[in-house]
Amino acid sequence: MPISTYLEAGKAALAEEMRRDHTVWALGEDLGRGGVFGQYAGLADLFGAERIVDAPISEAAIMGTAVGAAMMGTRPVVEMRFSDFALCAIDELVNQAAKARYMFGGQTRVPLVAREPVGMWRSSAAQHSQSLESWYTHIPGLVVVMPSTPADNKGLLKTAIRSDDPVVYMEHKDLWGLQGEVPEGEHLVAFGSARVVRAGTDVSIISWSKTVHTASEAAAALAGQGIDAEVIDLRTLWPWDEETVSASVRKTGRLLVAHEAVGVSGFGAEIVAAICQQHFDSLRANRLFAASGGLRTGDRRPYRGGGQATDV
Amino acid sequence: MAKRSPPQLSANVDKQRLLAHYRNMCRVRAFEETALEALEEGLVPGPLHPSIGQEAVASGVCANLASDDILLSTHRGHGHTLVKGASPLAMMRELLGREGGCCGGKGGSMHIADFSVGMLGANGVVGANILIATGAAHAIKLKGESRVAVCIFGDGAINRGPFLEGLNWAKIFALPVLFFCEDNQFSATTRSCAVSAGPGPSARAQSFGIPSVTVNGNDVLEVDAVVRDTLATVRAGRGPCFIHALTYRLAGHTATDPAGYRDSDEVAERWQQDPIALAAAMLVDAGMAPSELEDMNTEAGHAMRAVLDQARASPWPEDRHTHTHVQDTHGQGLQGSD
Repeated sequence: MPISTYLEAGKAALAEEMRRDHTVWALGEDLGRGGVFGQYAGLADLFGAERIVDAPISEAAIMGTAVGAAMMGTRPVVEMRFSDFALCAIDELVNQAAKARYMFGGQTRVPLVAREPVGMWRSSAAQHSQSLESWYTHIPGLVVVMPSTPADNKGLLKTAIRSDDPVVYMEHKDLWGLQGEVPEGEHLVAFGSARVVRAGTDVSIISWSKTVHTASEAAAALAGQGIDAEVIDLRTLWPWDEETVSASVRKTGRLLVAHEAVGVSGFGAEIVAAICQQHFDSLRANRLFAASGGLRTGDRRPYRGGGQATDV
Repeated sequence: MAKRSPPQLSANVDKQRLLAHYRNMCRVRAFEETALEALEEGLVPGPLHPSIGQEAVASGVCANLASDDILLSTHRGHGHTLVKGASPLAMMRELLGREGGCCGGKGGSMHIADFSVGMLGANGVVGANILIATGAAHAIKLKGESRVAVCIFGDGAINRGPFLEGLNWAKIFALPVLFFCEDNQFSATTRSCAVSAGPGPSARAQSFGIPSVTVNGNDVLEVDAVVRDTLATVRAGRGPCFIHALTYRLAGHTATDPAGYRDSDEVAERWQQDPIALAAAMLVDAGMAPSELEDMNTEAGHAMRAVLDQARASPWPEDRHTHTHVQDTHGQGLQGSD
């Protein structure tokens, strides 16, 4: 299987879907020159400026026009540059995109994908580092996707573009250069299907996005101490694969959720709550680890956060 | 607006057109008056924002749109929706939350919509429709279609960010969209002039290089003529245009707002500019019998009361619809498409 980076896998997914479906187009700042991280490099040459659209720095307009264009039967891929900037487009995503299908009684669909790169990366400080996935899981109507591998970044983005409902698609900025095997051609990953990264019997570590790799390192270290950890990558937070997590917890009796986002009202709390409600009797221990704690992320080394395998 | 005598009709064509507008406006007024009665009776579960006094905008704009042209409206959008071609029965059922409502009873007055006639929704968020209309126009251009998008918004919307972002976007991409500012003088219960800097909506549009004209929004023939000419420019692919229509909200912000923030003399004076009475006076000047006009008005009232009777007899939506139309993805508490 060919090796590709997480970034190139996402680009391949978009290019393949644009070739497959002429209603797919992308809009965002600087896309004509490849986008801020190069995720769109070369696509304007392939598809033209009408389908790889250079937008003004107007996040509300990028998201809001995508809502209107999606209602008209196109499939816009919205680039928000940093998930932090998507906060300028919250009305358009939450009040418009997520609710249109319901409040208009099924007369319309809003098949847009909002790409919102997340996470701590290169000491980018407080306004370029957040992981706000739990905000979006709270909104009925939105799908929330957080790929951790190059293969998933291809398979999940293709599924997201084909989704008839709006998707918040959160790539981790620190994973752009990650290399891995990526299937060629038609490769689709279903929403709500977690991946068992490493099977184990003593403790279930549930994670997503970049923290999956930290959790895997932790599991390898634990193996040296005779502890057999199971690592599960949720891939999508809404819908989330409760079945796979439940089966794991029934087996291990111990639940640990690890994520980069702030712990208070984070999605880890939702998982712990759901599993405690369903499997309280089979739980021997549960723990929530949030790399950012309750803090903002600073740009100096002691404040940098991110979480290490030893923390997990 | 100064009090003015009715303009003279130039030709019989104008008379027929004006008569059609008169009928539209009577139907819009009758629909809302009937809905207000239904609200009084406790039949309307949600809020109502009446557009009484602003009917010339609804008819003057929407009578110029083909069924596949796109319209985005405001929380005060009954008139726009009705003249765009939505069924009054489906609309009344929607207000009453009944089965057969245009949104299945899930939207109510503030989200009234009929996608089958190109009406892509009233919106509960002031100014949010500007970006959706701009995006619809972007899709029209992307697909190489010949239709246009029209966005009606209020004077309150010009102070929101999406107004700036949407106008800029529409101009730089030369999109086929008409922005129509229906200026009823009030931002909810605050006078817009007290909270809006600069010379007004048209000047703001012109600062983006978007051509704009200001019209008397209570004179349906003036609105009609300017919209027709302006839409020809938009349809010709010459980019977005802007119309600022001066009108007045004769009712409160909502049906339950007594509007005590303005004195009764002001409202009485504005009733002298009632667009329906103005159109009637022009038609009488052109030789129509007043009784004929009154009959048309009475007929509109009867029609809407029949609609209300039918709506109130309609069943409630099935319980299962509480959870339909959320998303396809199955998960906790969510169900699939329907």
